[in-house]
Amino acid sequence: MEFQFDLEANKEKIKNFKIFIEKNKGKQGALMAVLHKAQDQFGYLPKEILNVISEELKIPLSEIYGVVTFYSRFSLIPKGENQISVCLGTACYVKGAQKILDKVEEELGITVGGTTPDRKFSISDTRCLGACGLAPVLVVNEDVYGRLKPEDVKEVLDKYR
Amino acid sequence: MHSTHVLVCGGTGCHSSEGDKIRELLAEKVKEKGLDGHIKVILTGCFGLCESGPNIVIYPEGIFYSHVKLEDVNEIVEEHLQKGHVVKRLLFKESYVDGVIKPVNEINFYKKQTRVALRNCGLINPENIDEYIALDGYQALSKAVTEMTQQEVIDLVKTSNLRGRGGAGFPTGKKWETAFKYSADQKYVICNADEGDPGAFMDRSILEGDPHSVLEAMAICGYAIGANQGYVYVRAEYPIAVHRLEVAIEQAKEKGLLGKNIFGTDFNFDIELRLGAGAFVCGEGTALMESIEGKRGMPRVKIHRTSHKGLWGKPTIINNVETFANIPVIFQKGVDWFRSIGTKDSPGTKVFALGGKVKNTGLVEIPMGVTLRDIIFDIGGGIPNDKKFKAVQTGGPSGGCIPEKYLDISVDFESLAELGSIMGSGGMVVMDEDNCMVDIARFFLDFTVEESCGKCTPCREGTKRMLETLERITKGEGTLENIDTLESLSGTITIASLCGLGQTAANPVISTLKYFRDEYEAHVNEKRCPSGTCQSLLEYFITEKCIGCTKCARNCPVSCISGEIKERHVIDTEKCIKCGTCMEVCPAGAVIKK
Ligand SMILES: Cc1cc2nc3c(=O)[nH]c(=O)nc-3n(C[C@H](O)[C@H](O)[C@H](O)COP(=O)(O)O)c2cc1C
Ligand code: SF4
Ligand code: SF4
Ligand code: SF4
Ligand code: FES
Ligand code: FES
Repeated sequence: MEFQFDLEANKEKIKNFKIFIEKNKGKQGALMAVLHKAQDQFGYLPKEILNVISEELKIPLSEIYGVVTFYSRFSLIPKGENQISVCLGTACYVKGAQKILDKVEEELGITVGGTTPDRKFSISDTRCLGACGLAPVLVVNEDVYGRLKPEDVKEVLDKYR
Repeated sequence: MHSTHVLVCGGTGCHSSEGDKIRELLAEKVKEKGLDGHIKVILTGCFGLCESGPNIVIYPEGIFYSHVKLEDVNEIVEEHLQKGHVVKRLLFKESYVDGVIKPVNEINFYKKQTRVALRNCGLINPENIDEYIALDGYQALSKAVTEMTQQEVIDLVKTSNLRGRGGAGFPTGKKWETAFKYSADQKYVICNADEGDPGAFMDRSILEGDPHSVLEAMAICGYAIGANQGYVYVRAEYPIAVHRLEVAIEQAKEKGLLGKNIFGTDFNFDIELRLGAGAFVCGEGTALMESIEGKRGMPRVKIHRTSHKGLWGKPTIINNVETFANIPVIFQKGVDWFRSIGTKDSPGTKVFALGGKVKNTGLVEIPMGVTLRDIIFDIGGGIPNDKKFKAVQTGGPSGGCIPEKYLDISVDFESLAELGSIMGSGGMVVMDEDNCMVDIARFFLDFTVEESCGKCTPCREGTKRMLETLERITKGEGTLENIDTLESLSGTITIASLCGLGQTAANPVISTLKYFRDEYEAHVNEKRCPSGTCQSLLEYFITEKCIGCTKCARNCPVSCISGEIKERHVIDTEKCIKCGTCMEVCPAGAVIKK
């Protein structure tokens, strides 16, 4: 599915973003920090923004794509308004995290890595959120839900619908 | 003067169940009642017993309340804080036995622990540098830079025999010395806070609960080797840790403990944060450096040691968070004290993230040399729901599964390695009879395949073939030959890979094959999964407990259940898609998996 990036609506953000790049340009290894900032500001890394980064930092676009695709946190498609991450770390897995993920996918009709067409939800799987004591764990945006059973999933998602 | 301290856990676990709101409300109520002159409410780092959170401890008595809810706050304030009556119904269950209230340090979970790296976690407010300083914080740094030579600092770390807590157990002092002796115009100190190991969160807890101990140690290391710049490479997935580090660096700079002319000497040291972006392999030292340099985090071919040529080609020391957290206290309390804890070859303690099928999941810190049984059954409280212990996995994807017969071995670097596992960073995941060991091996290979950086063929292709083979076995399509293939691939990948990820990728398979071969054989020979995990090998079956309510038949998505009202129902196993719905809906518990 195609997601369109609205340059006009993001004008102000792009301006601020360029100021951030300007400030960090001199730093060694600035690319990672700039990509993190871009993802924070725009929710994902649209190619229009990668072009800006390439021009400002004087790094070829091909190299930037190489870096972006290497790290799982960077995304080339928009994330949903509500980002769901299901922990598939070992502690969560042995306590049935796979069933939680299956249930989330079933409820939302998308699979891991996807975003619902209305952009309300996206799902990702992560490896250990450092809350293993509460396994299995699911995070919606910043809210952590622990000790989950598959039958609890619907109730959690309903809060964000 | 505050005579009573109310500590509210602000660790990730408790935070997720409203720990911070509880603290706010407590502080508000305390103020409302005019008690704020002598009662102080503090948000701390993780107490370790995340399972029972949100947790509160009230000092000086050490009264331990668990599972606290917002509604309980009033009662705690009015009964405990105002009238001095302990609210018994909120006490942690093990701290109230036979009518006797035990203070927090006397319950089993804490009694067997020795807190060195976690000494301040759960005791101080991590966002207030003064509380760290009040507990002698930054004294070690002061002593190092004003009273000791670089060599003396290194000798002290060397004689303490502190070994790296990030996995391999390399002697820290020796590493520092290499960088010290190599002259260069610029050197660096890196704190490895990537903690990509799934099932581990001790580094996170230290950063969240006691960030200054890490910063102080980095500065000591900087002084020792002659570096003026440090980096903390921390996972972006740890927002609370990132925030507290930012606050801590800011406060240390304000007080002149970081920056220029530290303690009036000509020693300068600065620390910057760099965020990881979700690649496990970036925890490997050279890959981490590539990542800080703004590149794909792929391990380098090691022609040089990183302590000679590391970040931007300069001498660099990289140590783990927990390793650093040990440093200041060794300076404060001395080498003899440190060596009196643990074993001769592995002095000190190790923090474990105890998780999986164990009652008291959480963070535990034990002297090296304690047995696995002590950790799992005494501190951990054993296996929940009367299930049987099957194995404990240590060392994450680079480690192995240890069966019951070795529960009495001592936990130290050498003993674990002898069993084909490793200490690793300290993830410890307990498994019970319901976990299938073939499936666990498959789970780790799935992880490795996803995380392999792809630079070398044995790791990139070999792990993929292993995963496919394991998948075939868990689906009941495996043969005995497949097991041989797994063994030969394990050998090749281990010796032919460039970095630690590939070199250890086969460990979960090797160890499960060694200790649980019968499970592999049941899968390939009898097409049976003994623990009932592997979906494709299961059959759903209705027992005579069935009361004939028809609920299962009405809910089965493929209508493969038949039977008359009030009579026992039957599943047509040919058509069954194993969705498990019948088992979930059955009011009589008549449906079983076999
Ligand atoms: C694939 C891989 C991942 C690693 N991940 C980590 C990690 O997350 N944290 C860590 O401290 N060390 C990690 N290590 C170990 C580091 O390479 C290095 O040995 C360690 O940071 C050195 O610190 P220490 O001497 O204090 O243990 C990893 C190693 C490999 C091969
Ligand atoms: S062993 Fe694997 S992770 Fe390590 S460098 Fe080779 S391909 Fe990359
Ligand atoms: S497991 Fe699912 S498909 Fe099979 S009998 Fe039960 S409800 Fe029907
Ligand atoms: S739901 Fe349970 S009790 Fe009811 S008919 Fe099915 S198996 Fe029998
Ligand atoms: S394994 Fe899921 S939070 Fe650690
Ligand atoms: S998060 Fe509160 S005890 Fe661990």
